[in-house]
Amino acid sequence: MALLKRDRIVDDPWQRMDDESPLPSGIPVIVTYERWQRERDELVGRNGELGIVLASDQSPDLIADDLHRFTLICLEFPKFTDGRAYSYARLLRARYDFAGEIRAVGAVLRDQLLFMRRCGFDSFDIPDGVDAADWTIAFNDFSQRYQPTVDRTPTVTQLRLEKGYIAPGPHRGSDVAGSWSY
Amino acid sequence: MYRYDEFDHTLVRERVDQFRDQVARRLSGALTEDQFKPLRLMNGLYRQLHAYMLRVAIPYGTLSSTQMRALAHIARKYDRGYGHFTTRQNIQYNWPRLDEVPDLLADLARVEMHAIQTSGNCIRNVTADHYAGAAAEEIEDPRIYAEIIRQWSTFHPEFSFLPRKFKIALAGGPIDRAAVRFHDIGLHMRRNARGEVGFEVIVGGGQGRTPVIGVTIRDFVAKGDLLSYLEAILRVYNVLGRRDNIYKARIKILVQSTGAEKFADMVNSEWETIRGGELDLPAEEISRIRAYFAPPAYEVLPPRDASYEASRRSDRDFDRWARINVAGHKQPGYAIANISLKPECKAPGDATAEQMEVIADLAEDYSADEIRITHKQNVVLAHVRQSDLHALWQRLDAAGLATANIGLTTDIIACPGLDYCNLANARSIPVAQRLSLHFSDPDRQADIGALRLNISGCINACGHHHVGDIGLLGVDRKGEEYYQITLGGSPDENAAIGAVVGPAFSYDDVVGAVDTVIATYRKQRQDGEQFGETYRRIGAQPFKEDLYGTA
Repeated sequence: MALLKRDRIVDDPWQRMDDESPLPSGIPVIVTYERWQRERDELVGRNGELGIVLASDQSPDLIADDLHRFTLICLEFPKFTDGRAYSYARLLRARYDFAGEIRAVGAVLRDQLLFMRRCGFDSFDIPDGVDAADWTIAFNDFSQRYQPTVDRTPTVTQLRLEKGYIAPGPHRGSDVAGSWSY
Repeated sequence: MYRYDEFDHTLVRERVDQFRDQVARRLSGALTEDQFKPLRLMNGLYRQLHAYMLRVAIPYGTLSSTQMRALAHIARKYDRGYGHFTTRQNIQYNWPRLDEVPDLLADLARVEMHAIQTSGNCIRNVTADHYAGAAAEEIEDPRIYAEIIRQWSTFHPEFSFLPRKFKIALAGGPIDRAAVRFHDIGLHMRRNARGEVGFEVIVGGGQGRTPVIGVTIRDFVAKGDLLSYLEAILRVYNVLGRRDNIYKARIKILVQSTGAEKFADMVNSEWETIRGGELDLPAEEISRIRAYFAPPAYEVLPPRDASYEASRRSDRDFDRWARINVAGHKQPGYAIANISLKPECKAPGDATAEQMEVIADLAEDYSADEIRITHKQNVVLAHVRQSDLHALWQRLDAAGLATANIGLTTDIIACPGLDYCNLANARSIPVAQRLSLHFSDPDRQADIGALRLNISGCINACGHHHVGDIGLLGVDRKGEEYYQITLGGSPDENAAIGAVVGPAFSYDDVVGAVDTVIATYRKQRQDGEQFGETYRRIGAQPFKEDLYGTA
C-alpha cells in the first residue's frame, strides 16, 4: 500500500500483521491492540521495530505506559466521519509527548489531510485505487489557523499580538467594507 | 461590530478557493456524490427536495447594512429574489445552482461573510442574545465572546468530525433570549461572589426527538479560561459521544447516560490537563475584540422624547406598533425596534431582496448601521433614537415591514416543513399562514397577550415546538398530515419542555384546535396572567376537556 509521508508518496516498509500469522523477524511489524495484549512479552523481546494499530474505540490511554516501545502508532478511521482519532493523535503528541510516527489508516481523504496533520499525524495511508498525485496540495488549503494545535505554527491570535494589533475605534460603520452596489 | 483583518479575510478567501476546487472535482466526476456530500455539508450546502439549499452564517445574528445589501444582492442574483432567516440567526437560500455557489461564496467573502460550518457534524454558527449591547440588564455584551468562539471553532482540526452537530449559544444577562438551556453548550454570563464576570456553563440541552433541558456543569468559568474549558468539553464528547446511532449521537445523550455529575468530573479532569496553556485567552485579546463591540456614540437625550410621545398619541397604528414592537434601551432616549418578518399569511422569516435593502437603509439612517437577526426569525434595530421611531415606522410600513405582532400569537416560529425540507412529515408554512390569518385581528391578539406558537414539520423540531407555549408537531399518519399539540414549553430562564396534550389533529382541524386552546386560556386566566402562567397553575386537564370533551 502506498503511503504519504513527509510530502512524498513512498513505499511502506512496515508489515501489518493479523492476529494469527507468525511474526517475521528483523522487519518492522504493526500489530493490533488485541495481539499486543496477548503476546506482549514476545513482542517486546523481538528483534525489530514495533508498531500498533488502534481502532477508533481504542484510546491511546490503553497503551500509555508502553508508548516508548512503539515507533509507529496507526490510528484507524473506520469511516471518514469518525473523528475520534483526531483527538487521539493530539493526546499522543500533547499529553504523552509521543515522538514516533502517527499514521492515519482507513478512510483517509485528501480534504482531511491538513486537519490530520495539525492534530499530529505525520503519515497517511493512501487507500487502494486512489490517485494521490495531487494530495500534498491539500496541506496548503489554509495558510492561517485560529487554534493552537500540535503543529506549532503560530496562531492568528499570536500573529496579531506580535503585530501589535489593537482594536479599531468604536463603530466605524460601512466605510471600511467599502461600497456595495450592482 | 466585528471587522475582519487580513487573517480573517485570508481564511475565508482560501475557503472559497477550496470549495471552488471541490465543486470542480464534483462536476468533473473526480468526486462521487457520496464523497462530495460531507465536503459541501461543511459549507452549508444541502440538497433539498427541489434544489440545493445554501445556509449562510450570520455570526451571533449581527450584520451591517453593507452585509444586508450583499444578502439582497445574492437573493437577486443567485436565488429567486428572497431569503429565509432561520431560528439560528442564519439565512437560507433555496434555489442556488451548484456551479454558481463558489461565486456566491466569493461575493459573501467580499463583505466578510461565509457559509462555513453552517451544517455538518461540527461546531455550528454561534448564536447570542439579539438585544446584546442594548439591554439594560446585561452584564456584558456576549458577542465579544461569541466572536472569540467563532474564531476558535472555525476549521478546528480536532472537532470537525464530531459525533453530531454542535450548537453553542450565549446570553449576556439574567434574561435569557438565546435559549441557552436548549443548546449543546449554553454560556450564561454571571458575576461570581468576587464580582468578576464569567460564564455559567450549561451542557446537553437540545430539542429534536429527545428534548432535554441542559444542566449546569460549572457555575463559573473565568473569561480567560473560556476556550480551554470549551475544548475540554468538546474533547470528552468527541471521544465518548455515540457514533453508532445518529439519533443518540448528540452530547445530551452522552450527558444523560454518563450522568451530569460524572460528565462534569470528566470535563473538569480533562480541563486540568490543558488549562493555563496555549488556549488561555490573553486579556489584551479580549479587550481588542471588546473594542469592536463598543457602543455607538450615543447622544445625551432625555429619557422620554416629547415628539415620540406626541406621535403615539396622534397616530393609533404607530402607537400599536410602538407598544408591541419597541423595547426599552439601556441608553436614555433610545429604543430597540423589532421588525417583524411575520406579516399576515406570509412564510415566517422570509424577506425579499427589496425588504432587505430597506432594512439596510433604515439601519444606516437610524441604528448605527447595525442589524440583528433574532432566533424568532425577526429583525432588530438595536440603537434607535426615540425621536426617529415614527419616521422609521413610516418607512417600514411602506415596505410591508410594520407588522405589529412581536411576541404575540402570529409571531409564529415555523420550520420550512414539507414544502422545502426532505426530512419533514408535514407542511409547516401553510399551517402558520392559516393561523396568522385566523388570529390576524390586532385587538384579539392584544387581548391574548404574549404567546409563543411554534410549528415543526417533523420530530427534528426545527420550529422549536417543544418550547412553545403552544407547539405543533407535524406527523405522518398513513400518508396524511396530522399535528400533535404540546403545551407549556419555554425557551428562556424558566426553561420547560411542552407536554403533549392528547391525540393529534388533522391539517384541516388544527387551526380550530389552537383556537380552542387559546379560548380555554382566556376563560381560565386570572389577573393578567400570560399563557404559560395559567398553564402552570391549572395544568393540562382543562385544555384536554375543551379539546377532546370530558368523556
